[in-house]
Amino acid sequence: MIFNEKFETMKLEDLKNLQSERLRALAKYVYERSPVYKKRIDESGYCLSDIKTIDDITKLPFTTKDDMRDYYPFGLFSMDSSKVAEFHVSSGTTGNPVVSGYSKDDVDLWGEAAARSIGAAGGKAGDIIQVAYGYGLFTGGLGLHYGALKFGCPIMPMSSGQTKRQIKLMSDFKPRILACTPSFAMYMGEEAHSLGFKPENISWEIGIFGAEPWTTAMQNEIDRSLGMLATDIYGLSEITGPGVAQECHLRQGLHIWSDVFYPEIIDPKTDLPVKEGELGELVITTLTRTGMPLLRYRTRDLVSINNEVCACGRTAPRISKIQGRTDDMIVIRGINVFPTQIEYALLQVEESLPNYQIIVDRADKGLDTIEVQVEIDQKFFSDEIKGIEAVKQKIKKSIEQTILVGVNVKLVEPKTIARSEGKAKRVIDNRKI
Amino acid sequence: MKITQMSVFIENTKGRLFDLCSILGKNNINIKALTLAESHEFGIVRLVVDKAEDAVEIARKNGFIASLAHIVAIEVSDDPGGLAEVLKVLSENDLNIEYMYGFVEKASDKALMVFKFEDIDKALEVLCKNKIPVISKETLNFSKN
Repeated sequence: MIFNEKFETMKLEDLKNLQSERLRALAKYVYERSPVYKKRIDESGYCLSDIKTIDDITKLPFTTKDDMRDYYPFGLFSMDSSKVAEFHVSSGTTGNPVVSGYSKDDVDLWGEAAARSIGAAGGKAGDIIQVAYGYGLFTGGLGLHYGALKFGCPIMPMSSGQTKRQIKLMSDFKPRILACTPSFAMYMGEEAHSLGFKPENISWEIGIFGAEPWTTAMQNEIDRSLGMLATDIYGLSEITGPGVAQECHLRQGLHIWSDVFYPEIIDPKTDLPVKEGELGELVITTLTRTGMPLLRYRTRDLVSINNEVCACGRTAPRISKIQGRTDDMIVIRGINVFPTQIEYALLQVEESLPNYQIIVDRADKGLDTIEVQVEIDQKFFSDEIKGIEAVKQKIKKSIEQTILVGVNVKLVEPKTIARSEGKAKRVIDNRKI
Repeated sequence: MKITQMSVFIENTKGRLFDLCSILGKNNINIKALTLAESHEFGIVRLVVDKAEDAVEIARKNGFIASLAHIVAIEVSDDPGGLAEVLKVLSENDLNIEYMYGFVEKASDKALMVFKFEDIDKALEVLCKNKIPVISKETLNFSKN
């Protein structure tokens, strides 16, 4: 069902007027409150009066992931950190993580976006929702939680893991909606089958899955094995967690709530807009956030956009599933991992060489595994197994403390990591996504 | 006296041990004793060869991770309880053995064992005091030289 008729089905012309009005207010808001944006706008050669309609957005400066690192932790906030309601954190490309400060209004906005998403997936007030995304600094769990609260869906705040318990409570509480990463949904499906559950004994009818890339093939597989409709949700902590965009039950792309999260699709090399339907980098402006509003944030996610009004009645444009990245980020069990983080972790261990390769696989039951192969160095070769095992453990610990995901470390002989044009290929992703 | 042993890191992949042994063979290095310590993903091959320093250099040139380690070769009487007798002395003197393995060939009617000690100098002293015969490098090269 449609959660917010007024905004979700707003006529395109009215929507454009609303976006223009909000953009003008946003430009003024950040100009007055954020020294970083004030400086950038001043240097751009444009002034606030040049921002008249939403089409003038291209006159505003971009914000990048590197800005997040450079102004860590609170430098990009447009609000004093004491006024912020909560912080969320995701992986940065190297040492510093990415922080986003949500004001009370931002949390409310997030709840609104997630509630619209639950409705788009086919949920309605009164449907029990099992939230099996992690709760914490990661936005998955709380995002769906706030959305369900706003919508009036009784919440099972499970967080991730504890598969058997998840399945037991599913069979006792009979939630209609499951929200988690698609790989965890697959895993729970396998577990439920091995516990003797048939698709008809599984109460979930709607899946709201995201936080990692997945294919239509995987979606169909979840539909079939769990007897449910699996839908895709999109979000990122910098903009707002899950709920920025969501597939409706027709599953012809993800509706991006453009009255609050304005999308542009650009060519990442020229920074110019691409034609409708062409693949490009998704750039989002948070039209109404107050804690840490962002102008033209470069998500590094590659998508295409469809501005046609959907048969479901929603006028919000639809973005495709994520087709790739402009960088080499990988997503493991909902956590973003950058190869540069692994390099950083290896540099912390005296005995290791920053010569590595990351092998990502999806195990039979759907859970992602990550193996880091590190070339062993003559210098620290011990002729005892325990000596080598100790080095291996040290490397493993350093990586896990940096990326917050469990890894297998495999020590390999020197020069065995394949190099092309003298440069090693850092990531081999064997997942069929 | 100390004997030099060669240790080589081997990934658990097909043919790696063969690669190593064939390189040594082509370079006229004779293997006197060999043992393989293994873990799930890798192994360490320890070899007593006639020219350990040369062998390590050759292995490294061929892309292997190799190093030298000092070990002690001890003659153990080839009768029931022969090894236990030696171990008793070592244990009474608090000598930790990191690993040990046996020779195939013999210099006499006694069996030959290789020991890697945590403290090799203390081990040599204890062995000498207890009149346990330690084999020299020259004796080890018995078969061909």
